[in-house]
Amino acid sequence: MLPSRAGLGLKPEHFRNILESGPDIGFFEVHAENYMVPGGPMHHYLGKIREHYPLSLHGVGLSIGADAPLDKTHLDALAVLIDRYAPQVFSEHLAWSSHGDFFLNDLLPLPYTATTLNRVCDHIDQVQTHLGCRMLLENPATYLEFSTSTLSETDFISEVIRRTGCGLLLDVNNAYVSCINHHREPGAYIRALPLDRAEQIHLGGFASQADANGDPLLIDSHSAPVAQDVWALYTEVLEQMGPTATLIERDNDIPPFDVLLAEVNLADSYLVEAGGQRE
Amino acid sequence: MSEQTVFASALLDPAQPCPDGLRAWNGSDPNQRFAVYRNNIVVSLIDALAATFPVCQQLVGEAFFRAMARVFVVAQPPRSQILTFYGREFPAFIDTFSPASSVPYLADVARLERLRLDAFHSADVEPLGTEDITGVLSAPPRLPGLRMDIHPSVAVLQSRFAVFSLWAAHQQADPGLARVDPLQPETVLVLRSGLEVQCIDIAEATGVFMDRLIQKETLSQAEQDAKACEPGFDLVAALTLLLRWQIITSLYPGDEHGQLD
Repeated sequence: MLPSRAGLGLKPEHFRNILESGPDIGFFEVHAENYMVPGGPMHHYLGKIREHYPLSLHGVGLSIGADAPLDKTHLDALAVLIDRYAPQVFSEHLAWSSHGDFFLNDLLPLPYTATTLNRVCDHIDQVQTHLGCRMLLENPATYLEFSTSTLSETDFISEVIRRTGCGLLLDVNNAYVSCINHHREPGAYIRALPLDRAEQIHLGGFASQADANGDPLLIDSHSAPVAQDVWALYTEVLEQMGPTATLIERDNDIPPFDVLLAEVNLADSYLVEAGGQRE
Repeated sequence: MSEQTVFASALLDPAQPCPDGLRAWNGSDPNQRFAVYRNNIVVSLIDALAATFPVCQQLVGEAFFRAMARVFVVAQPPRSQILTFYGREFPAFIDTFSPASSVPYLADVARLERLRLDAFHSADVEPLGTEDITGVLSAPPRLPGLRMDIHPSVAVLQSRFAVFSLWAAHQQADPGLARVDPLQPETVLVLRSGLEVQCIDIAEATGVFMDRLIQKETLSQAEQDAKACEPGFDLVAALTLLLRWQIITSLYPGDEHGQLD
């Protein structure tokens, strides 16, 4: 398990700073695919940083929601990383990203039906068996819905977790983005998820656009600070769940390290408050 | 066709309408929402190419580079989830991209940038110590049949253009391109020394020599091919380069393939 503290997405531009200054951060998270390289600085620095911090391994390319079999080579590459770095947790998305011979480099949506439920459960069973560990499944940020869906997203995720025994990675930003995009109440959406199975939280920033009717369309861009509404939702979540490992995610327009550290410290202060309430 | 096949095909072809069966809560046109996915994919892949080929982008400007990259992304999407490997075919694509033909050296600069990234991520293999190497080199009868393993980061790029000088100029705040004659042929040795990738401007014959060693040819064959390229090829200088950058990882004397004890 990760400590119930705030963590930060690890970026190469911050490697040296982290090793030199040893910031008080609960854990680091890396995208697994960035470390599926033979050698060099990525492994050098992650190895050194791992000596001092807990690690969350977060996959973005497994394509669990695909209508095709999982990529065995990719599963093997994940197993190698898990063996090498012994992360406290491994997580992936409720989405698909590969099709045919191509990797589409985005987290694409799927309809929620009995068929897709069986497929996602089979894939997660296969992942957990192959990797020899439980995984966490992250709720998606989506921009469209399928008219063929017969289950709500929260029912779908709850059933996947019940059947496969995997855990939940609650991305509060994704929940907020999806709820605005689909005109739902974010608090109710989150309460409908199996929060007792949530082992990690993600917080990130979004970009704002409008759809063809002029209604808000939020984009999960990871390119901005965590929004005030998302912080507010986060504190409500902590009241329900108690302190839970929380990642500050920033993958684009990456600011200086101290700016990210300030967000980490803010999350940590909410976690301390939540711990106080729990006692 | 499966639902995802239709979805994936429409993602990469903006001329196609978005798939049937998609909806929004307010009944708005799903095409505009589908466009978010289209944009995410294409822009993130263009960004990945821009990160791999920064000097190419400087040479042609951001607008031209991104327009060119967009054509490549749609024609040749990645086949691997490991995005750092994306763009191996980009230099060959540039060769065929006629709007870039007025910058004939662009593809070779892209080749150099791709080799640098491959060197950056190449496997970690300990070089042989200088003592082990000089011990073998000081036994002349064992030299001609000597073969060696060269560090996996090492590659040679032989170009009709001043690919090293162009690249090096763009590592400066002011590229000062006026001083580079792009039509001067150059050969570059790419390697990783410790954690740093190095580009070294070498003679064409030295490039031939290095390339033959990488191909596991014997020292005498490598020397012979280098001399065919340039009769004045300096073997001692080339060996000194190998030692200085510590890029020999194994030595195999004679025709044997067992590792030196």
